[in-house]
Amino acid sequence: MHPPHAALVTEPIDITALLLRVSDEGVGAVTLFLGTVRNLNDGRAVTGIDYEAYGAMAESELRAIANDMVRANPQLRLAIEHRIGTLVLGDVSVAIAAGHAHRAQALDASRAVIEAIKKCVPIWKREHYAEGDWNWVDPTASGRTTHDLATSVLASNLRASGGS
Amino acid sequence: MTSPTVGTINVLLFASYADAFGARQVSAPIAAPCRVSDLVEALRSLPGGSRLPAKPLVAVNRTWSAHDASIALGDEVAVIPPVAGG
Repeated sequence: MHPPHAALVTEPIDITALLLRVSDEGVGAVTLFLGTVRNLNDGRAVTGIDYEAYGAMAESELRAIANDMVRANPQLRLAIEHRIGTLVLGDVSVAIAAGHAHRAQALDASRAVIEAIKKCVPIWKREHYAEGDWNWVDPTASGRTTHDLATSVLASNLRASGGS
Repeated sequence: MTSPTVGTINVLLFASYADAFGARQVSAPIAAPCRVSDLVEALRSLPGGSRLPAKPLVAVNRTWSAHDASIALGDEVAVIPPVAGG
């Protein structure tokens, strides 16, 4: 089993370093997922995002996600970083690199990790809008997602069973 | 059964909940040990607390916690707004 890397960072994420962490001669597929700050959300022009975290818990949850995935799939290599602080348009907020002998496992892993992050890692974002106001993003407000304890536990169970 | 100890517990607040209370942490009076739901009720009676939902996400000692879970003095308690990472 390859110990995964999972961290919160305050500086720009070093993508090359993440890719190197999941690459070796036994790896035949490397996937890289990047979450980036975009210029529009719910019809409003966004100029930037402040990311805030419950640092100690967010990092332990990121590690738990990574460890659970690798435990379920010992050939998987994972490197995850989430950036905290003030980000501008185009900045990378989260990066997930996955390496595996085969493509299906690498692709599935990056999807499973980002979905788990969105459900159970205590990180928040405050969007700044072109009009000068701002708002904390609440994914539960639109009715698309419900984040309560049940979904957090569900996410933990999904992690334990190996994600997707 | 041990009689409860009256005291205060520091509760960590983040994002929209920190804005609601105007602070990143507050002291809530509790009779310990108590349930998470008792602490939430105490928080909701503090200035700004009416903006907390009735059943917010809560973490005790950095672990997601059910509302019927127990809290003791000295626990690290955080009330967690809907998460929005990624």
